[in-house]
Amino acid sequence: MAETKNKHKIKNPFEGIIEKLFMIFENKIYLYGFFAALVVFLVIFPNTSSRFTQEIMTNLFFYVVVCLGLNIIVGYAGLLHLGYAAFFAVGAYTTGILSSRMGMDFWLTIPFSIVAAVIAGLAIGFPTLRLRGDYLAIVTLGFGEITRLTIRNLDVTGGAIGLIGIQRPEFFGITLNQISHFYYMFFILAILAIIVSYRLENSRMGRAWEYIREDEDAAAAMGINVTTSRLYAFIIGSAFGAVAGSFFAAKMTAISPDSFMFIHSVMFLMAVVLGGMGKIPGVVLGSVLVVLIPEVARGIGPYRLLIFGFLLLIIMLYRPQGIWPEKPTISTDE
Amino acid sequence: MNEPVLSLKNLETRYGQIYALRGINIDVQEGEIVALLGANGAGKSTTLKTISSLINASSGSVIYKGEDITYRQPHSIVEMGVIHVPEGRMIFKELTVKENLELGSFTLHDNDIRKKRLERVYELFPVLGERQQQMGGFLSGGEQQMLAMGRALMTEPKLLLLDEPSMGLAPLIVKNIMDIIKQINKEQGTTILLVEQNAKAALKFANRAYVLETGEIVMEGSAEEMSKDESIVKAYLGE
Repeated sequence: MAETKNKHKIKNPFEGIIEKLFMIFENKIYLYGFFAALVVFLVIFPNTSSRFTQEIMTNLFFYVVVCLGLNIIVGYAGLLHLGYAAFFAVGAYTTGILSSRMGMDFWLTIPFSIVAAVIAGLAIGFPTLRLRGDYLAIVTLGFGEITRLTIRNLDVTGGAIGLIGIQRPEFFGITLNQISHFYYMFFILAILAIIVSYRLENSRMGRAWEYIREDEDAAAAMGINVTTSRLYAFIIGSAFGAVAGSFFAAKMTAISPDSFMFIHSVMFLMAVVLGGMGKIPGVVLGSVLVVLIPEVARGIGPYRLLIFGFLLLIIMLYRPQGIWPEKPTISTDE
Repeated sequence: MNEPVLSLKNLETRYGQIYALRGINIDVQEGEIVALLGANGAGKSTTLKTISSLINASSGSVIYKGEDITYRQPHSIVEMGVIHVPEGRMIFKELTVKENLELGSFTLHDNDIRKKRLERVYELFPVLGERQQQMGGFLSGGEQQMLAMGRALMTEPKLLLLDEPSMGLAPLIVKNIMDIIKQINKEQGTTILLVEQNAKAALKFANRAYVLETGEIVMEGSAEEMSKDESIVKAYLGE
């Protein structure tokens, strides 16, 4: 492997530094030590911070869950998806309708929201997954908008006003209604999402996705069912989004079509691409950046979004493969 | 003659409005090495891709072991033992040699058999064994070709479709690759359908050959006869 590392071409001043930084994590002891410290820090975090900071951190965990779900579709299966907010909306509205209109317990609504997302995933995925690249992106983009407009115009979804009065979940007799409760809930959800992603990545299915992503025809010629594998990625990713949507609905207690705009799909996708598609730490890092940069920059005032955009531009110019990509960049084109 | 293991009947394939194959008929007997010759754009690669269903035929049929596989999905054709080694090798450059080979046995669920086959491939291609932890992209052209063939052998194919195995390789390596193809054919009884531009090399060891020109078969016969007939070689196969 030493041979491969020598072939790195240093293209910009940042690249070497970032690679070296991540090299520290190649050492398992440092890696586990870092994770243990991080988990301990995050567990005691709510006791030492304001509600506002907790709110941001909760949002961050939420992003981690959603982006890991999107990563299954975009990163693992290599399908460009521009309407992910729609699946997230399907989950949120399933829980919202069942909870606020029928008084169903929050935990019981989750299976329904997964089923709804699977049906939606099949409906959109089955006819379109034969399309390649750009075409699929257009279809998913359209699907995202159609879903939002449908929700906006149906009675059962509350139209443009949305749904209110979604019940708070109970957990062993405690009603979850404090921000610190949701902080822990989304923290656990994020950890579960990481574990599930990790298991998927190393499964037979995960390897099939990897092969398809690298070369679709070669994978098919080796006996991998390309369409079915993609459909699985699509469905599993959709289910991830729906579960996140359910918890989102429970946290907000009120949802409206404005929470599921195209811009949200873009933000999710951005977090995935920014951090490094297809790798769990990369996606987590991307979520952290997308959520935290605008908040940290709040003190700067009205120009913060400008600076945010500028930073994104810089990152994409110098690290088009993402900050923490799947594999170190090696050029094998010759 | 026996029932052919593979037969193409009036096979037509087109890309949009343009016909790449205009109704070709090819028979391959069990255990044979058949070469498909012709210039660029004659439809050789399209023929293989149509057999393995990477492209769909527009009419005609592909019969394998008496079964019509024309419109089957590529993965189910692989399960029947028909393996396509695509042109330009199509190995995974970012995966190691070993990972590439393991992909070949993707349809297999038994780890012990996988290990045995892996060893067999390393026996056949010792250089792959030496380099099993290296990235596919760092292999030389000849080694990449060996990797692509080794990967195909991981499924123990009954019928191997090889697309230009000699492309861009030095003459010495071409000979080496051709020897191994012969060995696979002899030892495992694998039937081989081979596409080649390097007609001379292919005719040396194939049993029979077909010559394609703009989507039609213009000639067929035993490889021996064909290589003897200088005029044919010049007209269709080039020097």
